[in-house]
Amino acid sequence: MNIYFAVGTVLLLLAITAPTALAFGFGGASAARSSVAPLRWIGKAYISIVRGVPDIAFFLFFVIALDQMFEYIRHRWKCPEWTDPVYQGNDFVVCTAAKLPLGSAPQWQHETYGFLLAVLTFSIVFGAFAANVLFGAMRAVPKAQLETAAAYGMTQRQINRRILIPQMWVYALPGLSNLWMVLIKATPLLFLLGVEDIVYWARELGGIKTPQFTDYPHGDWRMWYFGALLVFYLLFTKVSEVVLDRIMARLTRGQATAAGEAQRKAAA
Amino acid sequence: MSCAQTIADYAFRSIGYGERLLPRSDFTLCKQFTLIGSGMIWNIYFGVLAMLIGFVIATAVAVGKGSSNRLTRKASEWFIFIFRGSPLFIQFFFAYFLFLELKTVFPIFSPLTAAAWGALIVLILNTAAYSGEIFYGALQSIPKGDIEAADAYGLSGWSRFKRITWPTMLRLGWPAYTNEAIFLFHATTLVFFAGFPARQQRGDALYYANYFADKTFNPFIPYPILAAYFILLTLIVIWVFGRANTRLNRHLPQDAHRKIRYRPQLLR
Repeated sequence: MNIYFAVGTVLLLLAITAPTALAFGFGGASAARSSVAPLRWIGKAYISIVRGVPDIAFFLFFVIALDQMFEYIRHRWKCPEWTDPVYQGNDFVVCTAAKLPLGSAPQWQHETYGFLLAVLTFSIVFGAFAANVLFGAMRAVPKAQLETAAAYGMTQRQINRRILIPQMWVYALPGLSNLWMVLIKATPLLFLLGVEDIVYWARELGGIKTPQFTDYPHGDWRMWYFGALLVFYLLFTKVSEVVLDRIMARLTRGQATAAGEAQRKAAA
Repeated sequence: MSCAQTIADYAFRSIGYGERLLPRSDFTLCKQFTLIGSGMIWNIYFGVLAMLIGFVIATAVAVGKGSSNRLTRKASEWFIFIFRGSPLFIQFFFAYFLFLELKTVFPIFSPLTAAAWGALIVLILNTAAYSGEIFYGALQSIPKGDIEAADAYGLSGWSRFKRITWPTMLRLGWPAYTNEAIFLFHATTLVFFAGFPARQQRGDALYYANYFADKTFNPFIPYPILAAYFILLTLIVIWVFGRANTRLNRHLPQDAHRKIRYRPQLLR
């Protein structure tokens, strides 16, 4: 039963992370394009630091780092009279009132908190990748279009909203769909972040069950469980490919690109 | 304990030489640097071997996908789809349990349940699928004139492939293949987190970084050390591939060289 629930967890993660990462990416790309120098530096640094550092190291790092950051902020807020350093030898100590979630909180709060940390981590990492894609896409919109808009007397804000943002998607979509595929394939890493996801349940349920503990004893079935997961991901990838192709065809309509031209010729 | 002593004790810890016990207290920077560096031996082992063997298979797969024989084409397409469409993490789990299962039936498979062989096989097949797709793309974009010129010189069959098609394919695919190599090295960090056991705590760099982060509750030291090692490794890979790129393009005018840009993908 729990494994079905865990599939839901994975889909939920995708559903929350994709828009959040896109928002992070949009913020990052806008910051990197900004005319205010410090903002531009922050945007560029965000993109290059997250992209430059390898792998799951980031996932493992961020979960602890974010957790400690939240607890430290709450610690300073709630217990101002506390004078001991937070790093005591090999321990990270904050006052009990600052614990997140509180030690007395029910189990589901702990799980939700872990899940939210994972979502935030995924969003930060994938946000940087999305920022890079969107940054490139914004630059790919033909300059002449923006200049025409300026010549019509639009303000910078109007140009952004009416010309730049609607048009950039067609340039961003190949990169973003690639990113989506990578994101799908990153979801099993939730397991490493301590969330009870499908990998966790596949290991639990597939393991050898003896008659003492269960009504349905069986041997080591983990291979089959992971085989099923493999098929699940393959199907998911295939479906995404089909859907993204449709979106691409829809977005290309009437655009000044080679594909848009081909569409126009086919229709005529 | 002096730092030189630590290096002598732990530098080859990951392959089973030196001190048996991991440090339990007093985690100095020197210890962290040495042990994480020691773990890098595994990352380099997996990365280099998988790349060399995977390269051969990738060429075969690319040619197979481009072939006019329906059977070989379909087989190559499925191979690429299965390994590119599912997460590497799940592939590791599945392979590990598959080998465990096989071991009970045929004892000859027992070395494959160890990370050193089993994970290597998964990595080889995985990188073969990804680079196969890259080489297939390159194969499709070989200038028609090159092939026609080869025909005009009377080259055909194997000698045309060896002297014209294959070098041109490498030349065209090289920048993307460089990224794939970087990405492969990053993917090696997954090995010890996906089923394959680290016998006697002989793990890779991320395994030790994670060990220190767990023991000290301070992620801000081991993970940046790991990141530094990986950035160094990435730079070396870029340098080696850059040299190969120069050699592949040595007949072209010097300014026509395509620069290899560092564009890593995060996960697979």
